[in-house]
Formats: sequence, structure tokens, C-alpha cells
Amino acid sequence: MKIIVLVKQVPEADKVAVNPETGTLIREGVASILNPFCEYALDEAVRLKEEYPEKEIEVIAISMGPPQAKSALMRCLELGADRAYLLSDRKFAGSDVWATSNALSLGVKKLVPDFDLILTGKQAIDGDTAQVPPETAEHLGIPQITYGVNTKIENKKIVVKRETEEGYQIVSTRLPALVTMSKGSNIRRMPSMKQILEARKKTLEIVSAEDIGADDTKVGLNASPTQVAKVFAPPEKGGGEIIDGREEPKLAAKKIFDFLIANNFI
Amino acid sequence: MLIVDMEKCIGCGICEKVCPFGAIIVPTDTKKAKVLENCTLCGTCVNACPYGALTIERKTVSKEQLSQYTGVFIWGEWEKRENIPHIKNVVLELLGKGRELADRVNEELTVVLAGYNVEQLVSTLFHHGADKVILAEHELLEAYTTDGYATVISSIIAAKKPSIVLYGATPNGRDLAPRVAARLGLGLTADCTGLDIDKENQLVQTRPAFGGNIMASILSPYTRPQMSTVRPNVFKKPKEDKTKEGKTEIFEVKLKRSSIRTRILEEIHVLDEVVNIEEADKLVSVGRGIESKENIKIAQELAEAMGATLSGSRALVDIGWLPHARQVGQSGKTVSPNLYLAFGISGAVQHLVGMKSSDVIVAVNNDPEAPIFKVANLSVIGDILKIIPELTKLVREYNTKKESEEI
Repeated sequence: MKIIVLVKQVPEADKVAVNPETGTLIREGVASILNPFCEYALDEAVRLKEEYPEKEIEVIAISMGPPQAKSALMRCLELGADRAYLLSDRKFAGSDVWATSNALSLGVKKLVPDFDLILTGKQAIDGDTAQVPPETAEHLGIPQITYGVNTKIENKKIVVKRETEEGYQIVSTRLPALVTMSKGSNIRRMPSMKQILEARKKTLEIVSAEDIGADDTKVGLNASPTQVAKVFAPPEKGGGEIIDGREEPKLAAKKIFDFLIANNFI
Repeated sequence: MLIVDMEKCIGCGICEKVCPFGAIIVPTDTKKAKVLENCTLCGTCVNACPYGALTIERKTVSKEQLSQYTGVFIWGEWEKRENIPHIKNVVLELLGKGRELADRVNEELTVVLAGYNVEQLVSTLFHHGADKVILAEHELLEAYTTDGYATVISSIIAAKKPSIVLYGATPNGRDLAPRVAARLGLGLTADCTGLDIDKENQLVQTRPAFGGNIMASILSPYTRPQMSTVRPNVFKKPKEDKTKEGKTEIFEVKLKRSSIRTRILEEIHVLDEVVNIEEADKLVSVGRGIESKENIKIAQELAEAMGATLSGSRALVDIGWLPHARQVGQSGKTVSPNLYLAFGISGAVQHLVGMKSSDVIVAVNNDPEAPIFKVANLSVIGDILKIIPELTKLVREYNTKKESEEI
């Protein structure tokens, strides 16, 4: 059985800032990490592999991104993926959701045509769109289950516990299918020295647009239906009154109380 | 258009079986799939064909062709509360914004209402500004499924050619909209915080990008319809006008059970997670500054004394101190209460985009440089662990006094 995990490398949250004068991004010194939701998906794949040894599950990590995104895939290999591919080519640059999911689906079809399951994070913490997984499933013509927290394989089906607005749902579908994960162990595990050394012996291949049969009608800026017209710094609300309550918390509480009373909140 | 690869097609007839519109047939003489005129390009057959013989070819549309697409559509999501269908608040909010957009280009505002036994919801949609409702009812649409809804919504869009389609960025909206976008080869902009029409009558979609640290305005210049998702509480709900009426158009749905590939086996309603911070008037919100899980109790006590609801930042949800349902911010909920009390929240931009439209913001933080102070109406520098209990005491004393006065 083959499980693909689609992953993304993202800048570490909270650390990207905007230069208020130029409106450009300050990305210097910001570390890149494996998107946490993707890590949940990888954990789930490795857990399934351990839970069903008779299925001889192979876990394959695939990402699209610049050459440095190799480090996110290296982490996947350290955490238990068996092999990894990075779709990396200048031709992919400028891809929006539609073009990115097209590239990923072409990559999947070329590299692992006989896959059984695709696991992804529910969204990436930089873009937060949550759109690439469903669009990839659509391009591949397979069903999807979003916001999964736990999965089980039963015969040729996958049974997923998924978050809903009211609580949870148990949903099943026939494989092959795509499932997005919204939860995980929440613990960033440190791979052992043995795992790190083993990861270096595993396959991590760079794949070009040509390798997967993608031209500029399918990927990149020209194939993207959406275009960024303008970027700007978010507007700031004018600051209100500031009270220093470090010395006298009681007085600070009283001032908040008076403010709330004056505005009819209590 | 839908193209049949005659070499790959073996005439198995699966496409004919799955087509919701009877728009593809396999004649007995040719034994090859034939596409009829009523094909809506919904893509069901493309997914079902085991031989990869069917493809949908989409060309970018020229400027003249773009003008064939008219009207603003909204996906009319509804939910059952105590077994009665209710239209989701976000749909009403979208009707307010949609009305504005439709008036700017002088076009109709339409709600696509798919479901089963939901006709009773139509008048509410008219009362909130819809000109028209396309009612698509089928028993297989009684509960939301990706396949069922994606097929119906794609077909309606392909047949009616709207210029703009808006979806609430609810869990189901975020499950459905990308599926439709991929199927129809359209752009889709997630979680828009601003929608506007430019001089060329294009939809300008503004959203936070790069984790909310920068805003981006996005266009879909070559494809129609232009599609966006919008989170609840971003736009204001319009005033209800019970005198307003509109047209109802019935869209006949032919859906087969076999084309819905997922099965809902069980629904589990979790009490604690039903809490709806999006609809709360007052929120007491806590962040990393609370320091321990036990300390959340002191914020809960203040919330109870004030009749407010407890919410929190991503940091607390990530370490499991608060359930996800209480998370404010870009990866949680967007809220706009009358009062937002932020304790120990520094105010990462991802958090700010989720709460800055609150009417009044009061922030307490020990860091004078905390970004949350930039959006607060009242900023207090100080130790939340000392200030919250004092504030709770004052509120409780006031409540007791008021009660005794009332007696």
C-alpha cells in the first residue's frame, strides 16, 4: 500500500514582518519549517504504517517549492517517510492555488501512479487558504475528506473522524482518496541520531516540470487564474488611551472597570 | 468543452450512468461516448471514466466573452438547528456585500439554495436583499457531501454563467469552493476581508497574505466567474426588510447515490465545542500571558461575572489548553463582538485579523511594545494575573449591589 503525504515548507509563524515604510516583507533571519499541519499528516501516515504492518505501507513525501524546501522533505524522511520528491523548477514560479494543485496532481500521477491514499495538512500556516488539497483531489478525480483528526483503514476503505462545527463526524470513503488532517500529537518530536543517519540514505529526488509533463498552460504564473494586483501593509487602527498599571494592578483594574461601566458593558 | 478521446474510449457506458443530466450517451452503433448539447461541464464523467478518455478543455476567455457572464451568486449554506433548517448568518452577511457589488455593476443578486425541504428559507433571502433564488432540491442533498454539492453547484454555475460567486468560508464552504474551482478551472481567493469592483468591472478581492502581515489585492482577469470565500463576521448583516420579494427559479437536480463517494456514518455533537464565539457580544480572550492551564480559570471567572464568553489565541489552542472552537485568529474564528477584552495576547497579525473589527477593544499586556495596543481603545500595561482577579472582584461587587438595589 502506498500513502503519499503532500507537504509545504513555510516561514516560521509570527516571524515575518512588513517594513512599514516600504511595505515589503522582511524575511531575513526567518527560519523555514515543515508546515505543522503537514507534520500531523506525516505522523498519521507513519502511524498507519506501524498499525498495519501486513499492508506493507510505503510513505512517500512530495512537495513543490524552491530547492531549499529539500530541508522540509529531509525532516519528513527523518520522521519516517520512505522516500521523497521535490517538484522544483523555475517554471512552477508564480503558481496560484489552481496551478499548484495541478502541478502536485501531475507529480502524483507521474511519480506514484498506484497510490492508495493521500494525506495532507488542512492548510499551510503562511497562506491559510486550505484550498490546495481539495483542488488536488479534484484534479486527480478522487474523493476528499477534510479536517480529519484520526484515520482507520478498513479493507479498501478509509474511515475518518473529522471535525465539524458541531463536534465530529465519522465519514468513510473508498480508496484512493485524499484526507486533510487538522490535528496531531502537537509534540514536535526530535528524530533520533539513528533516524537522522538513516534519512540520509533514503531517496530525495528533485523533479522538474518537464519530468512530470507540465507546461506553462498547466503550471506557473501564466496558468494561474488569479493574479496579485497589489500588496500593501495592513491599516492600523488608531491607538486609544494607554495606562501603565505595572506598579498598581488594583488601580489598573479599577480603570478598566470604569471604562466598561462608562461604555455600558457591565 | 468536453472532449472524448476516441482511442481511449471503449464504450463501457460508465459516463452515461453517472451523468446527472443525461448529457453523455454511448450509442449502440458507434460504441463511443457522445456529448450532447445539454452538457454543463460539471466534470462528473471525467472523474468516473476509468480509461482517462474524457477531458474538459478550458480556454481563457477573451474580454468580450467575459461580458457574457453576469450577476452575483452566493452559495446559500444552511444548517439544521433542532431539526429545522436555518440559513447561515454568513449568507446574510454576504447578501449585504453582494447587494452592494451587484448594484455597482447593475446586475442581479442571486442565492443558490441547494438542499432538501429548504423552500421555507427563500423568503428570508429576499428580505435580506436577494433578487432571485435558484432552488435546487434533492433528497441526496439533505446533508452536505463534497461530491453531491460540488456537482450541483458546478452545474448551476456552468449553466447560468454568473460573473461572481461568493461562499462563506465555513468548514463546508472551504470544502466545496476549491472543488468547484478546480472542476471549472477558475480562480478562487480564500478568506477575503474586502471585496470591491474596479473601473473595468472586475472583482477586487483583498485578503491577508503571508500570515496576515501584508494585504494583497487579487484579480481573476481571464476567467469567469470570479470566486471568493469570506469568513463569518467580516461583513455586516443587512437590515431585514420583510416587504421585499423576488423570483424563485427551480433547478432540476438529477443526482445518483453512486456519484456521492463518501458516507457519513455517525454525527457526534460535542457540548463544550458547540460554544460559538462568533456570535458572542462580549469576549474575554486569553493568550500566552496566562502562563498555565490552571490560570485560565481566573479568566473564565471574569467572563462568567461579565456574561461574556471565553476565547483565546492560537498559542493556547496549540498546546491544548483551550479547544479549537474557542480560537480567535486567522486559523481559528473571526469575531466582531461589541467588546473584546484581550489578556496576555501580544497580537500577532494572524490574531489581529481575527478580531480587529470588534467595536471596542481593551488590551492588557506586560509588554509595552505589544502590537495589540495598536488596535486597542484602552491599553493597560501590567500583570494580567494580578489585574484579572481584581477586575472580577469589582464586577462581582457591582453585580451584587445592583441585584440588591433591584430587590
